[in-house]
Amino acid sequence: MTIRFTEDHEWISVDGDVATVGITTFAQSQLGDVVFVEVPEAGRALTKGKDAAVVESVKAASEVFAPVDGTVVEGNQAVVDDPSLVNSDPQGAGWFFKMTLANPAQLDGLMDQAAYDAFVEGQH
Amino acid sequence: MSSETDSPLLVTPLNALHRELGAKMVPFAGYDMPVQYPLGVLKEHLHTREQAGLFDVSHMGQVILRGDGVVDALEKLVPGELKALKEGRIRYSFFTNDQGGILDDLMIANRGDHLFLVVNAACKVADIAHLTAGLPGIEVEYLGDDRGLLALQGPVAATVLARFLPEVATMPFMSMVNASLKGIPVTIARSGYTGEDGYEIGIDADRTEDVARLLLAEPEVTAIGLGARDSLRLEAGLCLYGHDIDTTTTPVEAGLTWAISKRRREEGGYPGDAIVRRQLAEGAARYRIGVQPEGRAPAREHTEIQDANGQTVGEITSGGFGPSANAPVAMGYVTAGNAAVGTPLSLIVRGKALPAKVASLPFVPQRYYRG
Repeated sequence: MTIRFTEDHEWISVDGDVATVGITTFAQSQLGDVVFVEVPEAGRALTKGKDAAVVESVKAASEVFAPVDGTVVEGNQAVVDDPSLVNSDPQGAGWFFKMTLANPAQLDGLMDQAAYDAFVEGQH
Repeated sequence: MSSETDSPLLVTPLNALHRELGAKMVPFAGYDMPVQYPLGVLKEHLHTREQAGLFDVSHMGQVILRGDGVVDALEKLVPGELKALKEGRIRYSFFTNDQGGILDDLMIANRGDHLFLVVNAACKVADIAHLTAGLPGIEVEYLGDDRGLLALQGPVAATVLARFLPEVATMPFMSMVNASLKGIPVTIARSGYTGEDGYEIGIDADRTEDVARLLLAEPEVTAIGLGARDSLRLEAGLCLYGHDIDTTTTPVEAGLTWAISKRRREEGGYPGDAIVRRQLAEGAARYRIGVQPEGRAPAREHTEIQDANGQTVGEITSGGFGPSANAPVAMGYVTAGNAAVGTPLSLIVRGKALPAKVASLPFVPQRYYRG
């Protein structure tokens, strides 16, 4: 399983033909208490860097962008029903959606864990 | 939010304490202010409704007005009933412009030999210029950053403060006294911006941190940031200047006519009085309303409001998630024909029309001390 990160603080975990996408531990800590999540429906075509989902804290709304091109397989109803999962388990049960990859080579342009950790360090 | 970027941020007397407490600091109205502490906005909000929260509001403007005829003079700038304001009592009012728009909202206390005003941080420079120009012969003393201001808010605020000052337990809502808190001279007002019982405590800047630490040492008290201050006041249906009221909104449109007495309605004598009087008689074209979205999605400021036929009828001016309401809550302006409680509306959020209704304000019951 490969995990990659975007500069917008999404993570994408690839397992075979399907990838799972969410926001990082750092992103949720910056957002604060998540009170609303909107996830894409199965079958929706996603474009790298474009809107895919919505996450809102008490104070503000943020977009979650598609890390790569592909098609939604499933949105996570559990985070819609309980948005606090994004805070309590952002890189586990708080995932947003699963997608197929139209162009797996796009993963090569994303950061690995070490590069993302360094990127976050530079944000402080 | 202010967007001045080049000028260095001002600090309140609690700046070091905020950092010690682990606050996330943001620029607000030119000040470096805590938006939240490690507890987070949601829990800070709920803590204030359940126990007591301590807010640093030292960025607000504290002003003293002195001189012969000061009450008559200030009535020329605000529609508030000041002549009937007894010594030791506080009134909410607003500075109006010639169009009946609101330049700022403020608290006015009669302190016997002077009037004491608290104005919004973002407006205070303009307010002081407005007061100086509009009150010839009156001394306008801006206490500036020499004076701190703390708010202690919540259902046990009175219990906590009475441990230091037993007499505050029975202070009337919207009254103000001088006191000595562990030897520190303070002013204490029974007022606030959360819908809860509570106090606003004025202290010399060099003793503000001492008072803050005394209160934070009480087990029921925790520090609360600007994030929860905003969600608390929104649930309480209270206006945020620059958002829910501004120079383009009149007191009638904003639903603030309760702050204009019968005498002032009849006599006028403040900027824009003719427009306000006409709107009182004939009604305004639009009104501020509470908005209750039916789903879970918050509707933020500037969200378009449509009627049942898809016509644009207004805009959200404050919106977010209400932690105590456990639902999205909002305020905005709609055309007069759509302002009745229960009227169905649509909110255009990310291109989709979400169902909502006009709601009565506040979203949570106000729990001010009524004796």
